[in-house]
Amino acid sequence: MTLQSEVEVTARPRGSVISYAARIFVRIGVLPILVVIALITFSLMSDNFLTVDNIHSALRQNSYIIIATLGQFVVLLAGGFDLSIGAITALVSVSTAMAMSSQTGSPLSAVVIGIVVGVLVGMACGLLNGLGVASLNINPFIMTLATASVFSGLALMLTSGVPVSGLPMEFSDWLGYGSVFGIGISIWLALLAAVVLWVLLTLTRPGRHIYSVGSSPRAARLSGVNEFRTLILAYVTAGALAAVGAVLLTARLETGEANIGASLPLQTIAAAVIGGVSLRGGAGRVLDAVLGAVFIGIVANGMNLAQINSYYQMIVTGVVLALAVVADRLRTRLASAVYAGKV
Amino acid sequence: MTDPDHKVVLRVRGLTKKYPGVTALDGVDFELRKGEVHVLFGENGAGKSTLISIISGAQHPDGGTIEVNGRPVHLAGVAAARGLGISAVFQEFSLMPTMTVAENLVMGAEPGRFGLINRRRVRRLAQERLDEFDFHISPDRLVETLSRAEQQMVEIAKAFRPELSVLILDEPTASLTEEESERLFSLVEEARGRGIGIVYITHRMAEIRRLANRVTVLRDGKLITTVPGGTPDDELINLMTGRVVEDLYPELPEPGTRVVLAARDLSTFDGAVRNATFELRAGEIVGFAGLMGSGKSTAARACFGLERVDSGTLTIDGADLTRARPARVMKAGVVYLPSDRKTEGLLLNRPLRETVTLPWLHRGSISSGPVLRPGRESAVAGDMLRRMKLSPPDPERTADSYSGGNQQKGLLGRALLGDCSTYLLDEPTVGVDVGARVTIYDQIVELARQGNAVLVISSELPEILHLCHRVYVFAHGTITAELRQDDINEQTILRHMMHWDEPAKEIA
Repeated sequence: MTLQSEVEVTARPRGSVISYAARIFVRIGVLPILVVIALITFSLMSDNFLTVDNIHSALRQNSYIIIATLGQFVVLLAGGFDLSIGAITALVSVSTAMAMSSQTGSPLSAVVIGIVVGVLVGMACGLLNGLGVASLNINPFIMTLATASVFSGLALMLTSGVPVSGLPMEFSDWLGYGSVFGIGISIWLALLAAVVLWVLLTLTRPGRHIYSVGSSPRAARLSGVNEFRTLILAYVTAGALAAVGAVLLTARLETGEANIGASLPLQTIAAAVIGGVSLRGGAGRVLDAVLGAVFIGIVANGMNLAQINSYYQMIVTGVVLALAVVADRLRTRLASAVYAGKV
Repeated sequence: MTDPDHKVVLRVRGLTKKYPGVTALDGVDFELRKGEVHVLFGENGAGKSTLISIISGAQHPDGGTIEVNGRPVHLAGVAAARGLGISAVFQEFSLMPTMTVAENLVMGAEPGRFGLINRRRVRRLAQERLDEFDFHISPDRLVETLSRAEQQMVEIAKAFRPELSVLILDEPTASLTEEESERLFSLVEEARGRGIGIVYITHRMAEIRRLANRVTVLRDGKLITTVPGGTPDDELINLMTGRVVEDLYPELPEPGTRVVLAARDLSTFDGAVRNATFELRAGEIVGFAGLMGSGKSTAARACFGLERVDSGTLTIDGADLTRARPARVMKAGVVYLPSDRKTEGLLLNRPLRETVTLPWLHRGSISSGPVLRPGRESAVAGDMLRRMKLSPPDPERTADSYSGGNQQKGLLGRALLGDCSTYLLDEPTVGVDVGARVTIYDQIVELARQGNAVLVISSELPEILHLCHRVYVFAHGTITAELRQDDINEQTILRHMMHWDEPAKEIA
């Protein structure tokens, strides 16, 4: 077994600069390095980049992506995919807006009812995905591709493609642009989602079961883990998180839209992978996923400020994604060399 | 022995390889003659892998010389070694699963012109290569449709080239069935007959008996000795471990009588087990013996809820658990140690701690309600790893960074953690070196001493002979004999294993 690593990594003397750098790299991964490069590059390109205001607004704009990435991350951990995350966002946006605009009572109750309806719709979508994957044994890639089409279709059907307007002003004032202690509410919500998810995944039994099912479904089953329940939990959590993200996005747009979120499946998977989450399941931390999403947000913001065409931004995201995967593979290889005491 | 003039094709002298903190090879001498099978024998970590990776050019030694056909050589890399006629077949196959046998056989040297591959010639070349070895595999089959043994054969055919003089095989039967192994053995003999020198790594005594012309024993990176192939097993094990074989198996305690698990006329849906009736008693070690595919493993898996049961009953402590799920069976105090630790046991990319505690997360010692207690969990896992003598006993290392023996000790330790009363151990020492075996045998006997019911399913006859109070022999899905204490001997077991006019053959 050791032979594999011995063949691939030739011995290097211990203590050299290269070996030190290799160990740091194995320890922290590629993302912090990318973040530092991005921060330096963009602050050189634009004076407005490294200011508190700018970073704050970049985070606020991207908080819904951070939350959706957390949802994607849970499903990736369990060894799946969620390609329907964008369609869930659209369907939730539409249902939240419709529920809110149909209320005649106080703005507060309308907002609360809208949010509850949205989150329930998101969870129902997740449940459907989970049932397909866990009980019908459909490949998650195909299942969520199929439901993405269904959810998008439903969202368009409900609205006939027309944005849902007439939302209470308070909705976007609070969730879209409101602040607490000088920090945007949407940022607080992203933080809260991350903390809750971290607690679920690292400190509870169901969370551990998600990791184990993603790492090895058969080993988990033999250990008495209920694979069905665990997968359902993962997909429903993803649906709920996507819904929270969708509510925030709706608040910023001030309308419910059926055609939003199309780029989310790729963005969230890219963010998680750049953060170092394994596509094979069972490996990754909440912080990795958050940083991956923040990084994508920072790059977009920095390029905007540097007045770089958004087409280039798409190219850069793609290149970074590919590089991150290559770097991650290098890291895995180096890690086994470090374990074997050769670096 | 087959070659009278004892021509040496490969000789290494004083080979040394150091890693920081470890000397993997310490001045090892080794020679390989034309037309011999030379077995490398030693515990995991003895230096076998390092030695073959140096000979195959994958690594460079820190000291020592290598001679091929009497000329000193420098092996700059795998390609250089191959140029000198040295090829290695490692445990991980290098075949492309979605390509045909023919495409794999010519890979890297595809015949053709102007960058276009001549498919007719590819097929012809491959067919010639297969005919040479008398392999009856169609060159048009996709590699993924081949059995492990067939893949191994294609891999070997690929390693063969006209100038081949040294063939290195690293535990080639590790995942083969008896029948497949048999075909591999004849192939190895065929290669030997053609004057090829074969370096063969194995842990299995039967293979050494069957194939070895000479055996070189390594321990802790040092050459212990080179002995002729007919050397008795006990002596070889003695050389490898520095211990005598009787010491491997601890003394058995007095068996108990209370029946814990009882299966009556159990048949599985797939027909792998038919009308099996057996029982496990507290304080007793029961063995399931039989060939691969005889149903011995399926019967135990059916008890644990892993196989569909067609008819019959299963009771545990009097409760009917015939078609219960694994989680339910575990609640009744039963634990199953799978034989395939990579796919059914370990969470490979997670810290070993998580594999160890996974079945017991609901226990009060690790969690309160649904909330885990990380400190307690680490302590529980760390204690267990130390007790099972894992090296290093670090619960935060990922499971895949441990050697096979350590992984197996970890899984057995995990089974022990649950305070269960019935232990179903499926090939508890598969791929485990002798040093780790001693730890495992001690634990198994200790379990029985504490009054637990223990089932040992094993393809290793010595384990059945020395470790069990009572033995059920399986053949073709049915139990053909139940043997007690004095009746447990090699001849009787073999006779019942071969039940139903099976042609007699040698058993591991």
